[in-house]
Amino acid sequence: MGYCPNTPEEIREMLGAIGAGSVEELFSAIPKELRAKSFELPAGMSEFELMRIMREKAAAGGAEIVPFIGGGIYDHIIPAAVDHLAGRAEFYTAYTPYQPECSQGTLQALFEYQTAICRLTGMEASNASLYDGGTAVAEAALMALRVTGRHAVVLDASVNPLHREVVSGYLASLSTGVVEVAPKGCESDLDLLMASVTEETAAVIVQHPNFFGSVADLTALAAKAHEKGALLIVSCYPIALGLVKSPGEMGADIAVGEGQSLGNPLSFGGPYFGFIATRKRFIRNLPGRIVGETVDQKGRRGYVLTLQAREQHIKRHKATSNICSNQSLCALRGLIFAASLGRQGFADLALLNYEKAEYAKALFAAIDGVSVLNAGATFNEFTLALPKPAAQVVARLLASGVAAGVPLSAYYAGKENALVVTVTEKRTKAEIDALAGLLKEALWN
Amino acid sequence: MSKYFTKEHEWVKIDGSTATVGISEHAAHELGDITFVELPQIGKSVKQFDTLAGIESVKAASDIYAPVSGKVSAVNGKLEDAPELVNESAEDAGWICQMEGFDAAELGALMDAAAYAEYLKGLE
Amino acid sequence: MELIYEKSVAGRTGVRTPISDVPKARPFPSALVRSDTAGFPEVSELDLVRHYTNLSRRNFSVDTNFYPLGSCTMKYNAKVMEQAGALFAECHPMLALLPGGEALVQGPLSLVHGLEQQLAEITGMDEVTTQPLAGAHGEMTGIMLIAAYHKARGEKRKYVIVPDSSHGTNPASAAMAGYEIITIPTAPYGDMDLDAYRAAMNSEVAAVMMTCPNTLGIFNPHIAEICEIAHQAGALAYYDGANLNAIMGKVRPGDVGFDVIHVNLHKTFGTPHGGGGPGSGPVGVKKGLIPYLPTPRVVKNADGSFGVEAHPEGIGRVSDFFGNFGIMARAFAYITLLGGEGLIEVSEQAVLNANYMMARLKGEYELPFEVTCMHECVFSASRQLKDGVHAIDIAKYLIDRGFHPPTVYFPLNVKEAIMIEPTETESKQTMDAFIDVMLEAARVARETPDLLHEAPVSTPVGRLDETRAARAQQVCCEG
Repeated sequence: MGYCPNTPEEIREMLGAIGAGSVEELFSAIPKELRAKSFELPAGMSEFELMRIMREKAAAGGAEIVPFIGGGIYDHIIPAAVDHLAGRAEFYTAYTPYQPECSQGTLQALFEYQTAICRLTGMEASNASLYDGGTAVAEAALMALRVTGRHAVVLDASVNPLHREVVSGYLASLSTGVVEVAPKGCESDLDLLMASVTEETAAVIVQHPNFFGSVADLTALAAKAHEKGALLIVSCYPIALGLVKSPGEMGADIAVGEGQSLGNPLSFGGPYFGFIATRKRFIRNLPGRIVGETVDQKGRRGYVLTLQAREQHIKRHKATSNICSNQSLCALRGLIFAASLGRQGFADLALLNYEKAEYAKALFAAIDGVSVLNAGATFNEFTLALPKPAAQVVARLLASGVAAGVPLSAYYAGKENALVVTVTEKRTKAEIDALAGLLKEALWN
Repeated sequence: MSKYFTKEHEWVKIDGSTATVGISEHAAHELGDITFVELPQIGKSVKQFDTLAGIESVKAASDIYAPVSGKVSAVNGKLEDAPELVNESAEDAGWICQMEGFDAAELGALMDAAAYAEYLKGLE
Repeated sequence: MELIYEKSVAGRTGVRTPISDVPKARPFPSALVRSDTAGFPEVSELDLVRHYTNLSRRNFSVDTNFYPLGSCTMKYNAKVMEQAGALFAECHPMLALLPGGEALVQGPLSLVHGLEQQLAEITGMDEVTTQPLAGAHGEMTGIMLIAAYHKARGEKRKYVIVPDSSHGTNPASAAMAGYEIITIPTAPYGDMDLDAYRAAMNSEVAAVMMTCPNTLGIFNPHIAEICEIAHQAGALAYYDGANLNAIMGKVRPGDVGFDVIHVNLHKTFGTPHGGGGPGSGPVGVKKGLIPYLPTPRVVKNADGSFGVEAHPEGIGRVSDFFGNFGIMARAFAYITLLGGEGLIEVSEQAVLNANYMMARLKGEYELPFEVTCMHECVFSASRQLKDGVHAIDIAKYLIDRGFHPPTVYFPLNVKEAIMIEPTETESKQTMDAFIDVMLEAARVARETPDLLHEAPVSTPVGRLDETRAARAQQVCCEG
């Protein structure tokens, strides 16, 4: 039943070797009064019945809805090679590479992944991945607290609201002060962010592009933070980095983000991976697993988990983080995605996202009563001001099979008519044109 | 110029008003290859047996406790690029930091070299 | 073997990107453009496939080797679970949070709810949240729930108690939630010293964290008393479910007296380990802690449909959506496939297999605690140490013989620890082959120990210089 292979005969032999009369005897150390009061689960079934149940659930999963939505999670292409290679059992049924000699597959792949993240973000050292984007921002904040020895952070409110909630949870446990800085319309208020940095600030945390889709130059903000001895943490969207300035170029100290858009399916919320990368001088403060290069006794190059003294299995309560796992398989998918597209392909993909979004932006802005709220450049997301509450419009259009965007009313006061629209390379001109038609109808009929 | 040892395997050598601090050969051996020494800040004040510094090897991480109270007046900068100095010469060139302003009476709570050797025998 | 970057040739292109069907846009503002393209590899698809296929063959894995890592539960990952999980690839999680979106994602919502109920029944808890993304994440969430509970009662508690045999994530998670740690030593009978624990418990302690069976594979007969002692001091009892594979259908932590628990879907419920992740660490609670659960929660309405409800008094979000759904779907499939009887059989066979290992190996390897083990057994290589052979040498020898080594050097309170967890999915044949090699290793340790010091010799690389790695800190390919 439960993939237990041993026959009654084999079981008898094993009990004989143990010197026990029955399997039940092996549980005799458990007092009667501690035995399970109930264990009411339905009977098991075969693969056939199971897949019927699972298919039914998947069919009611919204896969047919055309997604013009993001919220940190994006509908991008996944080359066939990604599924094929990440589906190799030697990768997905392996464990954490604690015995490096028989885990060079995973270890070298993670080293290549770390390299990819450094090159993507313009940084010098990356770890082997974190759980997801939200926890990555939180871990970056904790890292900045350790590096500076300070106890407060400045958090831009144009960072993804879901991420901000996760960060608040982590920091509240440690009584860290969080100063939230409101956006200026749909732009990050860089002046106010700079003014909010004091000698008590461990880090300023911003998002690039921000939750409204706006892209800004963060170089001056980095300089201001450094002036006060604080760090700049930039949470970034990987696909956008195929076109826009990298955090490294702008002077950031820590780059983090949600890696899902690199080769990982939507999968109703996970699994994904978070990435974190930093300058070489902060490497000892990175949380999570790190793979390093070395040699064996014969001088052959190999890879090992390194700087493990930071981690929970050695430092226990003084560890840089409690994190025990990384999202190895998801990070592997991200790496293969990057290698599959290649240097130029990745840049082409980013450009295509931008062009699709620009087309959609112009088309929607031409609808009566609709305007674009972003003051400057956007990548593949932008915010529209509608003449009606956006939540209503979204609900109506869902019934027509399209998720038109994320209404901001749930997350920001005074933005009831605002809608964040996402356009990736997968949105066809026909889908975009159809949405324009539906919007017009919803707004004016 | 004698050395005194603590139960946690630190040593301190007194030279006038300066106390030089490091970890014992035994401790260095137990830790294995040292990969990093977290040197204290110059000017830091500590009480006897407070956490003074940190040391890491491939498989372990340990706190280093102050053998005497005082203020950190100097650190062994060589350890930043060559932490292996602690393995090579834990009780001499691999010193970790120097302190001033200590109370000589505190040395009474420590062991001399012979007592420390006995103590190590007892640990086995 | 070369890195993918070393195989790159400038100008090689990879997979074709989609063709644009929209007009060209005005150029992106030059002041904001990236100065150079990101240095991703430039290889043909064939080279890509060869590289990663060959790289994968440098791994041991459950599908290729016996993998008896104690504390990790490396059971077989059923392929039907992969098929089931893949069905949800195109479901966008944001739909559940949009106005009018719930109606469109009833399938996944029913799965989240269904899994929560399955886990609640298996563990004897009242409610479950699937938001934590890994076991350690679940531990942190659980401790945050405990902190919220005490805060709501105006209690100022500073400490969390853990046994010295606990997994490092226990004290690390408690520290992340702002607590100081009190560690209790292990008594000669193999579990937490009850007297020392009683003495340490007081009204400043927020919680005690226990693993049962413990990390030595031993069932603590005093486990209910440990919870009771905590409750009498107004503290809560936390259960680390890493070893749940030993007791399904036999004991439920909720019945024993635990207030908060976490389970590891990637251990007990057979989802693949992926080379170190992704996992999933759902947390279960008793009634008193329900108000503090993370937001949002999936609720079942009177008409049988499912909704997403905000849970504003709780600790907030620990992850963006409902957890690692793809992993949850696989675990749901596993539990549904096996049913109640299947899970009971899993634990019985897991315990049988581990005891068989213990019985056959105890002649050659020291047993620090001579008691019936549960789903894993811990040996010490102390006898072999007399010949200068360490646990790590035995481990490396096993690699040469085609077995992934057991866990070594954990738990920390056993010298030269070797922890073996065969799991229920291994046959007697496989275990006998492993036992033969372990006995062989013990003989080699006595007769020619140098052979063990050189191992492994059959792998692409031998023992690696970890000191050099830590000192050089080369973590990415330069140039």
